[in-house]
Amino acid sequence: MADKKKCTAQVTSQIKLAEDIYSMWIKFPEDADVAGMAVPGQFISMYCHDGSRMLPRPISICEINTPDNMLRVVYRIAGKGTEEFSKLGADSTIDVIAPLGNGFTINAHSFKRTLLIGGGIGIPPMLGLARSLKDNGSTSIEAVLGYRDGTLLLKDEFEAYARVYVSTEDGSAGIKGNVVDVIKEYGIQADIIYACGPLPMLCGIKALARERGIKAQLSLEERMACGIGACLGCVCQSKEKDGHSNVNNKRICKDGPVFDSEEILI
Amino acid sequence: MNLSVNFAGVEMKNPVTTASGTFGSGAEYKDFVDLNKLGAVTTKGVSSVPWEGNQTPRICETYGGMLNAIGLQNPGIDLFIERDIPFLKQYDTKIIVNICGRTPEEYAEVVQKLADEDIDLLEINISCPNLKAGGLAFGQNPEVARQITDKVKRCAKQPVIMKLSPNVTDITEMAKAAEAGGADAISLINTLTGMKIDINKRTFVLANKTGGLSGPAIKPVAVRMVYQAAHAVKIPVLGMGGIRDSEDALEFIMAGATMVAVGTANFNNPSATEDVINGIAAFMEKNRVKDINELIGCL
Ligand SMILES: Cc1cc2nc3c(=O)[nH]c(=O)nc-3n(C[C@H](O)[C@H](O)[C@H](O)COP(=O)(O)OP(=O)(O)OC[C@H]3O[C@@H](n4cnc5c(N)ncnc54)[C@H](O)[C@@H]3O)c2cc1C
Ligand SMILES: Cc1cc2nc3c(=O)[nH]c(=O)nc-3n(C[C@H](O)[C@H](O)[C@H](O)COP(=O)(O)O)c2cc1C
Ligand code: FES
Repeated sequence: MADKKKCTAQVTSQIKLAEDIYSMWIKFPEDADVAGMAVPGQFISMYCHDGSRMLPRPISICEINTPDNMLRVVYRIAGKGTEEFSKLGADSTIDVIAPLGNGFTINAHSFKRTLLIGGGIGIPPMLGLARSLKDNGSTSIEAVLGYRDGTLLLKDEFEAYARVYVSTEDGSAGIKGNVVDVIKEYGIQADIIYACGPLPMLCGIKALARERGIKAQLSLEERMACGIGACLGCVCQSKEKDGHSNVNNKRICKDGPVFDSEEILI
Repeated sequence: MNLSVNFAGVEMKNPVTTASGTFGSGAEYKDFVDLNKLGAVTTKGVSSVPWEGNQTPRICETYGGMLNAIGLQNPGIDLFIERDIPFLKQYDTKIIVNICGRTPEEYAEVVQKLADEDIDLLEINISCPNLKAGGLAFGQNPEVARQITDKVKRCAKQPVIMKLSPNVTDITEMAKAAEAGGADAISLINTLTGMKIDINKRTFVLANKTGGLSGPAIKPVAVRMVYQAAHAVKIPVLGMGGIRDSEDALEFIMAGATMVAVGTANFNNPSATEDVINGIAAFMEKNRVKDINELIGCL
């Protein structure tokens, strides 16, 4: 009956990628087939050891290692919870519920001209998707990565799977501007777009996809309490009345975090 | 060992239920908890028509707890009856339906629609803003609370639990008002109104500015209020507020609660309800308590 649970997983390695940015691999116990069920774009709920912090921290899955039942997350220290995670060394434990939500959907278009767009700390989930598409035979993946400065988080790793373009707000690398500027500047064409990043970026991508008449799948963010669809804390407005809520609201944790750009109002 | 209790005439296999709004109607938790093990499931507040709820952010964490301003988003009573009640009927657990409204008529409409449904208890959330009283909750004025209890009782077919707001000067006055209105039971506490400010952005964290504080941070206040209310009325009490484990639950029971509800703790540990039940049983075993009823209100 009760077959899902919060499980205690093992941190197998953690490294600092840049100032305040960490990459962690987590191994799940044998009785929890987490990696086998996970798909790119899903997230995990990570719990703090400090009991004064009750709520889970939702973090996207960055990479999936199925044979070893491991997941990788890449996160930025944004407050006390992520700061606590950053101090966990290899062989410490972490309580996690995973995988959660609906990830990116792969369809016939995904294997034509695929455009992956990541902004800032929205880049990690796009790396997992790039790898998965490539593993499944996609030959034309282009990735546009938007940064604030020249730190270029995960750019090297991305190059193994995709042709990479970069924008920086300060102009220290790639094109000075945002991801949409890069797409226009290089005349990048696509049959499908996948994106994760700050809301203004996602709004720009939604407009671009509409202009070009192509589909875009966007990964959204909101503060969560349950992470499993029960509390209605994490909603976003939907265009149509949602079947579950019976109002124009969808739950990001359960119905998302990935949505078709035209089904949501952003 | 006996864990079962009689709550307002309803036999519960154990004294543990879920706090409204933290457990949906159970569907999202069924993979984490065996719903058959729960004394009852208390569902999210439902109103006569669907409610959109508040803008986001609706949630923020605070030390040992959280603030929420969901704004009672719900699908409305019709879909609830069509979908959620049949879902819960698959399980061997009692059903407590929590009801919200903006006017006494709205409450009455929901209660009437539930009259012929196979559910066990109604829980009336009177912490909702009263449209006619400029946002003051029904549960903040004893006379209004008595009237609404009376109105609900007149059309209810199931026993009625009045869920009290803790945002009052004297909780015993509110408990007595519910009893005077004919309530079969009371439940408390609902959330305490709070606020959090983001000092970097110099804004309120919640779009609604204020939200309801819940979780372990409110537990001592809740235990005190349950104790006071239980001693002020003869009807049974459903206690809640910050229960995270069986020790917390037992405090409420000893303070006078016949049943307890687990709320915010579900977010930290989705199987918290089952853990609380197992923990109560283990405590009784260890302390050679044969019947849970020996512990209820033992102080
Ligand atoms: C679906 C999803 C995927 C995410 N993936 C990543 C990722 O891969 N890498 C990464 O670095 N960050 C990611 N985030 C953001 C991450 O959840 C927050 O940065 C983190 O929760 C902050 O926790 P904290 O304790 O450090 O901050 P605090 O500010 O102390 O947190 C207080 C509370 O607010 C919540 N909160 C604060 N900021 C956010 C936020 N931006 N989004 C949601 N909740 C927040 C926390 O979960 C916590 O409950 C994701 C968010 C969502 C919703
Ligand atoms: C996210 C959330 C939603 C809630 N929704 C409702 C509701 O719809 N109706 C209601 O009567 N109480 C609601 N409550 C209050 C709880 O049922 C409970 O009274 C309160 O949270 C205290 O218990 P706790 O500390 O165990 O969570 C809600 C609480 C939370 C945290
Ligand atoms: S976090 Fe509870 S519904 Fe999404």
